[in-house]
Order: sequence, then C-alpha cells, then structure tokens
Amino acid sequence: MVALTVNGKTHQVDVDPDTPLLYVLRGELELNAAKYGCGLGQCGACTVLVDGEPVFSCVTPVLVLEGRKVTTVEGLGTLEAPGPLQQAFIEEQAAQCGYCIAGMMMRAQALLQRNAAATDEEIKAHMEPNLCRCGTHMRIMAAIKRAGKLMQTASAASTGRTG
Amino acid sequence: MERVTLADLNRRSVLFGTGALVLAFTLKPALAQTKSPGDETQNFQAVAQPAPELPGSLKTNPNLESWLRVEASGKATIFTGKAELGQGIKTALLQIAAEELKIPFERLSLVGPDTVLSPNEGYTAGSHSIQDSGTAIRHAAAQAREILLAEAGRRLSVPVEQLRAADGAITGPGGEKLGYGELVSDHLIEGRAQPTSKLTAPDQFVEMGKPRRRIDIPAKVTGGAAYIQDMRPDGMLHGRIVRPPSPGARLQAVDLSQAETMPGVVKVIRDGNFLAVIADKEWQAIKAMRALSAAAQWQETATLPDMADLPAVLMAMPADDGIVADKRGPVSAARSEEATFTRPYQIHGSIGPSCGLAQLVDGLTTVWTHTQGVYPDQKAIAQMLGVPIEKVRCIHVEGSGCYGHNGADDAGADAALLAQVVPGRPVRVQWMREQEHAWEPFSPGMVTKVRAGLDDKGNVVDWNYELWSNGHNSRPGTAGALLGAQHIAKAFPLDAQKLQITPEGNGDRNSNPLYAFPSRHVVWHFLADAPIRVSALRGLGAYMNVFSIENFMDDLASKAGADPVEYRLRHLDDQRARDVVERAARNFGWKAGQKAPEDHGFGFAFARYKNLAAYCAVAMEVKVEKETGRVRLIRATSAVDAGEVVNPDGVANQVQGGIIQAASWTLYEAATFDRTRITSVDWSTYPIMRFDALPQAVDVDIIPRPGTPFLGAGECGQGPGGAAVANAITNAIGRRIYDLPLTREKVRAAAQLRA
Repeated sequence: MVALTVNGKTHQVDVDPDTPLLYVLRGELELNAAKYGCGLGQCGACTVLVDGEPVFSCVTPVLVLEGRKVTTVEGLGTLEAPGPLQQAFIEEQAAQCGYCIAGMMMRAQALLQRNAAATDEEIKAHMEPNLCRCGTHMRIMAAIKRAGKLMQTASAASTGRTG
Repeated sequence: MERVTLADLNRRSVLFGTGALVLAFTLKPALAQTKSPGDETQNFQAVAQPAPELPGSLKTNPNLESWLRVEASGKATIFTGKAELGQGIKTALLQIAAEELKIPFERLSLVGPDTVLSPNEGYTAGSHSIQDSGTAIRHAAAQAREILLAEAGRRLSVPVEQLRAADGAITGPGGEKLGYGELVSDHLIEGRAQPTSKLTAPDQFVEMGKPRRRIDIPAKVTGGAAYIQDMRPDGMLHGRIVRPPSPGARLQAVDLSQAETMPGVVKVIRDGNFLAVIADKEWQAIKAMRALSAAAQWQETATLPDMADLPAVLMAMPADDGIVADKRGPVSAARSEEATFTRPYQIHGSIGPSCGLAQLVDGLTTVWTHTQGVYPDQKAIAQMLGVPIEKVRCIHVEGSGCYGHNGADDAGADAALLAQVVPGRPVRVQWMREQEHAWEPFSPGMVTKVRAGLDDKGNVVDWNYELWSNGHNSRPGTAGALLGAQHIAKAFPLDAQKLQITPEGNGDRNSNPLYAFPSRHVVWHFLADAPIRVSALRGLGAYMNVFSIENFMDDLASKAGADPVEYRLRHLDDQRARDVVERAARNFGWKAGQKAPEDHGFGFAFARYKNLAAYCAVAMEVKVEKETGRVRLIRATSAVDAGEVVNPDGVANQVQGGIIQAASWTLYEAATFDRTRITSVDWSTYPIMRFDALPQAVDVDIIPRPGTPFLGAGECGQGPGGAAVANAITNAIGRRIYDLPLTREKVRAAAQLRA
C-alpha cells in the first residue's frame, strides 16, 4: 500500500511500489488527464505537479511520492467551474486533437503560479520539454498568456478584498 | 464519449428495417447545388454508389434516416461516417445541421462513426469530411426541414409559403407554433433524398460561417473521458504486444513460462510471430511484456534499403510509369534549368501511441478504435478472425491526432485478436512509444526531378516533372493491411499496391502544377515494392511535390531576376489562386526587391491542395544562425480560400497547425534505419518541432466565398508551409538545399559554402 495525495485527497493505493505515478493516476484513481505518450520522459503528455514542480509521471515511481502533493488537471477546476488555465484554453480554442494539452497545462501551471506575467520567451523556454504534434503551439502560447492575465486579475481582486 | 444503449440500438435497427417511404411531394429546386469536386477518391472506392446523382455522401447513403433523426423531445441526432481526429468536424458538422434544420445547435447530438449506427463514408481522409459528410448532412437537414414545414402546413391547413422554420419550430402566419418534436412521427423523415435541396442562402446564415467553440475541447482540458485511452469498461484487462525486433524477423523460440507466472498476468499468447500478454493492470502488462520480449529469440533478416543511398535505391527500383499530365505544345525554349529533390521516410508521430479496445460477447467482437475507417476495418478484422462481417462491430472513439494512417487500425486489430482469448472481457491494447515509432506505416521516401524550358524572359514554356515513390495508401483493404494479421501463424499477405492515376492523386498528388505552363509532362514512377511499410500521411505526395515545385519556382524566379511572388503571378491564370497569393503577400508586407534583415530570410509558396480543394499561400520569415545552422521561424502569414467555410476558427486552427507541422517535417524529420532494424524509435532519435523554434505569429486570412462549394482545407497548409520555410532559408543563406530535411548540419554547411 502506498499513500498518495492527489488534488488534495489522500488515497491508499495497492500497487507495486515501482509502478509509475501515471498508471496509478489513470488505472487506480481513474483520472483521465495525465496521458501516456512515451513512457520515457521525452514528450510531456504525462506531466503533473509534485509539490508544485512539473514532473513526468510516466517515469516517476509512486514509492517516492509518499507525503508529497500531486496535482493533475482535474485539480485545476471542473467542467462547470473551470480554473484560469482551463478557461483560457477553452477561450483560445487551444487544442486540435488535445492529447498533449493536459501535460501542457500542468507545465504551464508550474510557471504561472510562480510568475503569472511570464513573457513569450520565458514561456517558450519553460514549455520546451513538452511536444505537440498538431502544431497547436501558437494557441497554447496564447492560452498560457491569457491564463496568466486571468490569474493576475483574480489575485488583484482578492488582494483588493483582503487588503 | 458517445455511449449507446441497447435500447437505442434496437430502435435504430427497427428504423433501418422499415421500408423506405418515398416522399409524396417534390422539394423545391435548390438555391445552390453544393457539389464539391473530387468525389472519386479513396474514400469512395470501397463504397457502392447507389445514387450517383446525389450530393456528397448521399451518393453512397441516399436515405435521409441514415443522416438524421428528429426526436419527439424536439432534439435531433445527426449521424456521420467521418471521424473526429482533432480537426474539429464534430462541431462543424453540427453547425451545418443546425443551420439547415433550423434548430438550436445545443439541441443536436452527433453519433458515429459506428458500423451499426452510422453511414459508411469510407475513410476520414483527404480533407473530405466537410465536402462529403458536411454536404450530405446539409442537404439531408434542408430536406428534413422542408418535410417538417410541409407537415406543419398540413396540420395547420396553411400554405407552406406562409410558414417559417426557426429555433426547432414552425411558426404560422397567426403566430401558431408547432415544435419539431410535435411534428415528427415514426416515418416522417425517411426515404431517399432528392438531388436538390432548398438550401439556406449565405446571407441568412446564423450558424454556418460563424466561429463556434468546439464541443470536444472542454472535456479535453478538464480531465473528461475524451479518448479511447480513457475508456474503462467493467472487467477491462490490459494487453501488450511484443513486436518483432525488425520487419523481417521470425520468432525462433520463446519461453512463455516466466511471463505466465508474473503477478496479474491472465494470458500469454504466441501465435506465429505474434506475441502478447494480457494482465489485470497496465503496469503488470508492461512488465510481463518486457519479460516476454527478453525470453523471445528471433531470427532477423536484413530487408531494409540503404538509408545513406536512398534516392539511388528508389530510382533503381522497378517502376510502373503513370502519366499524370501530358500536354505538349510546340516549345521553343531559350534555355532550361533542372533540379532534383529528395526526402526521407517520415512518420506520423502521434503524441499518444495507438490504442485499441475489444470485447468478444456471444460471438460478436466489438472493437473500439481511433481508426479513420470503421467500415474498412470491420471487413479486414472479420477476415483476420475468420468470421462473417456482421460478427465484428467497429466503433470510433477519438484518439491522439493521427495525421493519416498510423497504428490505429493495427491496434484495433491487436485488441480484436486478444479479445478472442478472453471471451467476455474487454481488452485494451496500448502500443508503446517505440512500437508506434517503428511499426506505424511511414510516409514514403521520394525523389522528384524537374526540368523547365524557359523563354528569353525566364518564363516557363515547358515543364517536365518526374517523381519516384511508393503508393501512399496501404489502408485496409484486406486483413493483410493489419500488422497483427501479418504476424499470426495464419498470416495474411499484404495487398499488392497498384498504380492508379486519379484526379485527387496519391504519391502524385499536386505533382501537376496549377501554373499555366503551355507545355507539360508529369510522370509518376510508381514503385510497387515497398521495402519499408508505408501509407498515408497528411497530404500524401502533395507535401513533397509542392515542396519541389515551389522551391524550383523560386530558383527560376531568381534566375530570371524576378521577385518570387511576381514570378508566380506571371504564371497563374486562376483568379482564386492569384487572390490568395496577393493576399498573403500583402498581409506579410511583401515587396519586390525587399531585403530581409541580416541572418533573416523571406520565403513564399503557394498550392491549391490536390488542384481541386482549398487554395493556400504562405509567406514566411525565418532567422538562421549561420554558425550553428539553427533555424527559427519568425512569422508566417497565410491566405486561404476554402470555398464556403463552416467554422472559420476551425479552418484557421487547421491551417496554423498544418504550417507548423510542415515546418517540423521540413526542418527536422527523417526516419532512420540500418539494413535490418528501424533505429528512430523515440523522440530523441526522431526529433520534431519544439517551442524554441516557434514564430511570433502564424496568421491565417480566410477569403470568404459565400455560396460556393466547400473546399477541403484540413491539409492545404502542408505543401506551402514546408516550401515557404525552405524558400526563406534559401533567402537567408543564399543557397538552396535539395535534400530534406533541412537539418542544422545541412543549413550550416550550405551557409558556410556561401560564406
């Protein structure tokens, strides 16, 4: 048994400890967002956050994740109440097949929560590990920038309220 | 994902079983006949045409009930045989239906492709979905609306002319209103469609031509079940295949025992050269696959061509010559120029490797698949399993983008094979990355040779073009097209590829330039022997042929001392072609005699996809680091004429993506192999475009052509996109590279030669 905290909930999962996180998310927890793309840490389709940092879930065994916080796209919001990144990807129509998009969003989330005002060059450099085959990159860039703005607005609003 | 209940199925079967009701009245003549060109394609080869006079896919599925059903609830279901591949057609097809049926978009749902529920539209390929399925749905919806109007007229005793259809209801002159749900009875909207329909005039559109957000995107960005990979039917098992180490390998011996005793393993399968495992959990299946792979001994044979000498190998292979164009005029060329272009094998490289899911219940094998053709796969899988065709049902579920014939059909077949071993249990087969890279059918290596006779102004008076290529289509077909069926003990032979010259083209697609050359000869040296498994990649031969033609046009312009855009316009009579060229050039700020900034280059290219679908021109700026040969895209501007456009944002998304993808093919991509094994088996050995090379903008300007036929647009950016990159690099470094891809090493070497 491995105790795994995903999107704020702790699960006891009965898997071999060498099982990569990806298969636990998809198989045991039935979370769809993180995708199998290469199993080699080369494409980023499986990207999730561990303690806020992007990791390739396809090559990260669950045994190293005890006591750490995993976040997936499901933790960013829902269909009914999408989070800023989700909202921005919908507004920019930033998907073709969409298979790489969940991984793109999680890597982008890591950047935006640190710096919601990241520049084009910073975004490009940060997104370098993730591959898209449909050529949706321009819209992905636009969506990340839009999400950054949404986050800044939300943060300004909440600062205004509390301050 | 679409979930279909048994009740739905039965209802549908009953519906299909009823005799066709011939409409008792004649529909009014069409406002416009949306006859799109190019119906005689790979899409229709396998499908009988009982109604060749009808528009779009009504030719092959002439009955209205094949396309739509209005429910008593006032909602409507649209049926399509074309698959969502990430190109956004689910949304566009529903926009068309909403427009013509006069019903709110939200009240529509889409079903298909599914060999039980949806019309047989062959393959989703060749930028045909809107032309074929969209046209059929448009006419069926328009005719259904007229039937509803007539029924309302009958019930209200009001002439149809005084009735209005809108928002899913018919309104009479006194404000009386009948909802569609109230109007439909069991057999109201059935029977053979009419050849013409009362189509909505473009100036009345409320839905078509308007950008609409895609219906599939919200689930894809919130972790919804959007893909076949996300299906988890009760009792599902996980399968993995152990593929041979090389295409010519034969299994000598294998010890199954270790894999069989591993945790979670349900079955280990050996059937000829086909090796597989089935396990409870996915990771268990992967571990068992690895153990089984290590326990297998293969006899390998060197069957692959010499990669280092590929062009010579291709040109020396036995060829059937197909004449694509032969219009020879009296030629008095002052001089001539020639060039040879080469390209390697390239792969589809879907980000998600192929996946299939199958279940055998009471003799019926149901296969969930991201194939482009459920009906052809149904036939091929039934043949492979040795069962009657009705004992296989194929249902499309979205997968990762495929860009043509990738491993989708094979993975579906793999799942069908495994499902036979564990009756009742659904089996999911997920290909591994290295399997997708090595075993998907590649896009063929090609050589093209062009020679132009020129007059004293440098204009083309005679054009000779030859291409050497395999056929670009080895889809099922028969069971022999399926990888698993090639590997099982009762192996099925590959279908022999035959030369066919068609208007849409194959390896020869776009080999005949749209330019108004007075004399021309175009020949495809068709190579029947395929030393590497090949099939359709987005655009087929169009990418390489447009690449060759458009690079050479720049060479000729340069020799003539002409601006590349002006030189193209000199040779273009087609007004719509001229329009996209002029528009792209203007939007880019293209000027004759312009000089790009230091280390930058400007490039231009144009093609009309297949010479009969969408027109596309691309202007591109790149930056080249001469010391390293590294190329960055700076900006791209494109102009597109896709005829009537259903969802402009969908077209823009496709063209943007196509240009980026073509730039990736052009700059980076080559499958590699030694004489025995494929060696490009992951993203480090087969690099593609990454964020760092991206331009600041890829603009798509769509020229509106209301009231004209749909022109397939999904692949129109591939040729011009790639050629514009090459022309821009040439402009930056002063030398052209004739051998794809234009890698860093080649660009650096060329730049240094110049220096």
